[in-house]
Order: sequence, then structure tokens, then C-alpha cells
Amino acid sequence: MKSPFYNRRSFLLSAGLASAFTALEPVGLLSPARASGLAPTRSMRGGSNNYRPNAPMVDRLGSGFWVSGTVRRAGDGAPLKGVRIQIWAATTLGGEREPRNHGSVLTAADGSFRLEMEQIVPNFGQPHAHLAYDDGAYETVFLRPVMPSASDTSVSTEFVLAPV
Amino acid sequence: MTKSARRAVAIAMWVVLAIVMIGPILIAANSPYLSYRNTAYIIGGFAGIVGLSLLLIQPLLAAGYLPGARAITERKWHRWVGTAIVACVGLHIGGLYITSPPDTLDALLLVSPTAFSVYGVIAMWGIVLTAALVILRHRLGLRYATWRLVHNGLAAIVVAATVTHALQIEGAMESLSKWGLCLAVIAATGATLIDLRLIRPLFARRRGWRNHGSDARKQKAGE
Repeated sequence: MKSPFYNRRSFLLSAGLASAFTALEPVGLLSPARASGLAPTRSMRGGSNNYRPNAPMVDRLGSGFWVSGTVRRAGDGAPLKGVRIQIWAATTLGGEREPRNHGSVLTAADGSFRLEMEQIVPNFGQPHAHLAYDDGAYETVFLRPVMPSASDTSVSTEFVLAPV
Repeated sequence: MTKSARRAVAIAMWVVLAIVMIGPILIAANSPYLSYRNTAYIIGGFAGIVGLSLLLIQPLLAAGYLPGARAITERKWHRWVGTAIVACVGLHIGGLYITSPPDTLDALLLVSPTAFSVYGVIAMWGIVLTAALVILRHRLGLRYATWRLVHNGLAAIVVAATVTHALQIEGAMESLSKWGLCLAVIAATGATLIDLRLIRPLFARRRGWRNHGSDARKQKAGE
């Protein structure tokens, strides 16, 4: 029997799968209604690229450039203390996969965190950092803040985490 | 124009072309960013820069604008430069893939956070299609008119997408020299397309009519 490459069955199958995917996470047409109040931060595109889970706790990764931010709870916006944030970026030491460019810090009582590292340099066309919360108590979030200028010596961002 | 004046103009054209094509590459080679990058990233990046630079000479060769070279030589070079552009695209994507597989896959799958990636992918597919058509041209039995239209259309898309891609990237290329090269590439492609596909056919048609008319007159006179 001659079977066409593209028929009604394959169309329905692919259309069905495509609509199922749009309903799911990245597109999220069917995401559950969130509690009112502060909405959780969503992961950014490319945020998890070159992630190496469990970056070591560090005091600093270098000097001259500051990555900082705050971590709060979704809904009531309460600052979260002792939360581990993992940070990595391409710097003058090397690319995003260079182990010396990966480190973790904990948030202070006011939910703030900061890490000093070497100067971040443009990587794949944009100067940017990567930050992750990936410890299970809250939904995992990967951020990829872009610096307005490659000569900036700091970048800051904020996490609003949704309890699992 | 005297012979020596013509020669001076020819030399000036080649010198300007060389400066616009090679200058940006040399400036990028002195970028401080290179010392923070691994070999694969540097090769991948420069393959992109060289590919952009080759887009400047490619339409000039196709149209036979370059002085001092025979038309047949320029056509042959047009083919070689085309092959080199394809190789540059391969090296560009391969080098970037070795440097960071997730970033490169994001770009190829059109889910990258950077807007310029989409233009890079459009240019890549344009070049892949162009190469495929060059190889399959005779097997597909394309008429010359059709071939010309498709090839020029793809060339215009590739040039526009590549320039948009390059201009948005913050990388090893220095801004002013990059803009200079990109504007030159747009100007060369635009001028070539307008000349070859608009002006020349128009004049050829007029001349054709005139010739036709004179032929008719000659025939009449011969009677």
C-alpha cells in the first residue's frame, strides 16, 4: 500500500503532542493558578547552560566584580535566610565551564547574598551571569541576568521562590 | 582614461577592498577577550568573522567588478569563495559547539535567549540551501532564469541575516570596523543585485529593441 509521508493521522498526532507541550512548563498555558501576592521568579531561557550541580561554597572567586541579589518567598515576600545560591559566569579566568568560575554562597538573614569574582566578560555574544537555586525546598530557578554594559563591575538579580 | 590612470584606479580598488576585508580581522585578533577564551572558541569566532568578510568579495566576483582579473577567473574564484564560506559556517558552529554545547544547541533549536542567534541560524540555512542548490543545480534541471532568481534571493537573505547577526554580538570584533565591514557587505550585495538584475536587463532590453528596429530598417533598405 502506498502511504503518504504526511497524512491525517500523523497530523493529529503531532498537533496533539504540540498542544500538550504548550500546556506544560516552559510555555505554561495550563500552569496552576498561583496564590495571590508576590509571584515566583521563573527560570530564564538558557539559565541552566553549563550548570555544574553543587558548586563548592566559597568566600570569593576572584576580585573586582560583584554578583549580588536577594532571595524571598513567593506570596508573602518574606526574606529567606541560609538559602544556597550557585553562581557561575565566563570571566577573565576562562569560560563558563571553567571550574574556578563556579561557586556557591548562602543568603544572610535579610535574604541578601553577594559574591566577588573576576570581571565577567561577554560570552556567546552577551556579558551575563548565571545563578541557580536548586536545593529542593522550593521550585528550582535558573537565572541569566545580562549586564547592560560589558564594562559593568557588578550585576544583581532577585529570586522569589515558590515552596514545593 | 589613460592606461596608467586605469591601473591606479584598479590598484586603489584592491587596496580599499583589502583594508575593509582584512582590517576588522586584524583588529579582532588584538581583542583582549581572546586571552580569556579557549582555542575552539577563538577558531569558531574567527570563522564567523572571516565568513562575514568573504561576503564582501563574493558578489563583486560574481558580477566581475574586480579590475585586473578576467571574468572567467572571477567566476572560478566565486565558486572557491563560496566553498570557503560554507567551511567557515561549519567551523563557526563546530567551534561554538565544542565551547558550549547547550548554548549552541539552544541557538540551533531557536530557543536561545539572544535575539541574534535566530539571524545566525537563518543565515546558516540560507547557506546550506545555497550549497545544496549549487550541487543539485543540473540534476534538478533548473532553468538559468529560475536558478538566478533563487540563488540571488538566497544571497540577499544570507547577507541581511548575517549582518544583523554580527552587529548585535558583543565579542572580539571592534565596533567601528565591524560596522564598516557590514555596511560594505550590504552595499556590495545591494549594488550587485540592482546592477545585474535591474539595470543591465533593462538596458539590454532597450538595446534589443533598438537592434531589432535597426535590423528591420536594414532589411527594408536591402529590399
